[in-house]
Amino acid sequence: MSTRYTDDHEYIKLDGDIGTVGITSFAQDKLGDLVFVEQPKIGRTLKAKEDASIIESVKAAAEVKSPVDGEVIEVNQAVVDDPSLVNTDPEGAGWFFKIKVANASQVAALHDAAAYQKLIG
Amino acid sequence: MSEPTSEILSKTPLFDLHVSLGARMVPFAGYEMPVQYPLGVMKEHLHTRAHAGLFDVSHMGQVELHGADAAAALETLVPVDVIGLPAGRQRYALFTNDAGGIMDDLMIYNTGEYLHLVVNAGCKAQDFAHLQAKIGHRCEVKVRDDLALLALQGPGAEAALVHVIRPSSFVLPASFMGGARLNLAGTECLVTRSGYTGEDGFEISVPAAQCEALAKALLAAPNVQPIGLGARDSLRLEAGLCLYGHDLDTTITPVEASLNWAMQKVRRTGGERAGGFPGAATILSQLDNPASVKRKRVGLKPEGRAPIREGVELVDANGAKIGVVTSGGFGPSVNGPVIMAYVDAAQSAVGTTMNALLRGTPTPVSVVAMPFAPHRYKR
Repeated sequence: MSTRYTDDHEYIKLDGDIGTVGITSFAQDKLGDLVFVEQPKIGRTLKAKEDASIIESVKAAAEVKSPVDGEVIEVNQAVVDDPSLVNTDPEGAGWFFKIKVANASQVAALHDAAAYQKLIG
Repeated sequence: MSEPTSEILSKTPLFDLHVSLGARMVPFAGYEMPVQYPLGVMKEHLHTRAHAGLFDVSHMGQVELHGADAAAALETLVPVDVIGLPAGRQRYALFTNDAGGIMDDLMIYNTGEYLHLVVNAGCKAQDFAHLQAKIGHRCEVKVRDDLALLALQGPGAEAALVHVIRPSSFVLPASFMGGARLNLAGTECLVTRSGYTGEDGFEISVPAAQCEALAKALLAAPNVQPIGLGARDSLRLEAGLCLYGHDLDTTITPVEASLNWAMQKVRRTGGERAGGFPGAATILSQLDNPASVKRKRVGLKPEGRAPIREGVELVDANGAKIGVVTSGGFGPSVNGPVIMAYVDAAQSAVGTTMNALLRGTPTPVSVVAMPFAPHRYKR
């Protein structure tokens, strides 16, 4: 399984053609305590960079964009029930949704861990 | 995520302490201020309601009015009973303009020798000029930029304050809006039992040079945490308290702002010193004819859990605009979203339902009584 990162601080963990999408620890730290999550509908087809989940922290509203083209096949109800999971375990239990990746080359074009580290300094 | 700033920002005497405590600093009203510490907004908020929080509010303006005529002079600028404010007591007030709008909100404390005023950071230069121009000939207007201001708030505030009081015998301000001079950590301070969170607590006016030592002494008391502007905002919103520039401005009258309680009878029609403040004709007319008031500040609660923020429009069942959100966010103690808004007076009764246009989607909200979190002032 490989993990890739977007400029907007989403990650996608690829397992076969299924990607698990969430936000990085850097992003959750910048947003502050999350208090609300609205997930996309299962079956929705997303384009890369399209808004998927809506999130609200104590400070601001933001969106989780889809890193790649694909179809939403599963959403994480746990972060809807307890948005603080995104703060405490962003790259584990605090994932947002799973997407069936339409085009694997889009994933390969994203930052790897080393490049993302460099991006956030 | 923070906006680039071209202006030169001021620092409070606690800047180095904030940085050493790991605060995230942001520009606010011309100052570099802590928005949160490593604890985070949510936990800082809940800690203040459960124990005690220490806030640096040194960016706010402090000014003294000296002279026998000071109270009468100040009454020409505020629709508030200042002459009747006893020594050792504090009162909320509003500077009004000729149209009856609110130029700033402030606190007035009567030391017995002079009046000590605390005004908002963003308005202070204008407030000081206003005082000097309008009443500077009747009393001495003494700007005290050599003073810092700390707020110690929460059910544990009294214990924390007592922890740093030096003399073995002392008298605390007994109740909300009382005040006293106390020796805190070796420095004489002006302490009032007031604040901006809805909790019991104190505001401490301390010489800037001694502020850091006092802050460290208070933080060393059991269960005191430093609290940033983020939690200060959610605490005051849950308490139903207005934030100038958001819930109050120069186009809003005190009556529209539902601040009638701040205007004592003696300054109203039929009172001994009725009127005589800027905008009195408009404000007294609104007090005398409540039906003439077009909009009111109200509290709103949404049905769902999504926070609804400042600027969101409110519409009636037909989609016609009837108001706008002026403060909105998540209330950690309420454990849900809380909203302050201005709505058409006809739609301002508790229980009235309407829709907020959240990201374009009509979202049901209803008018509720404020505060959202009960006030726990010491009475």
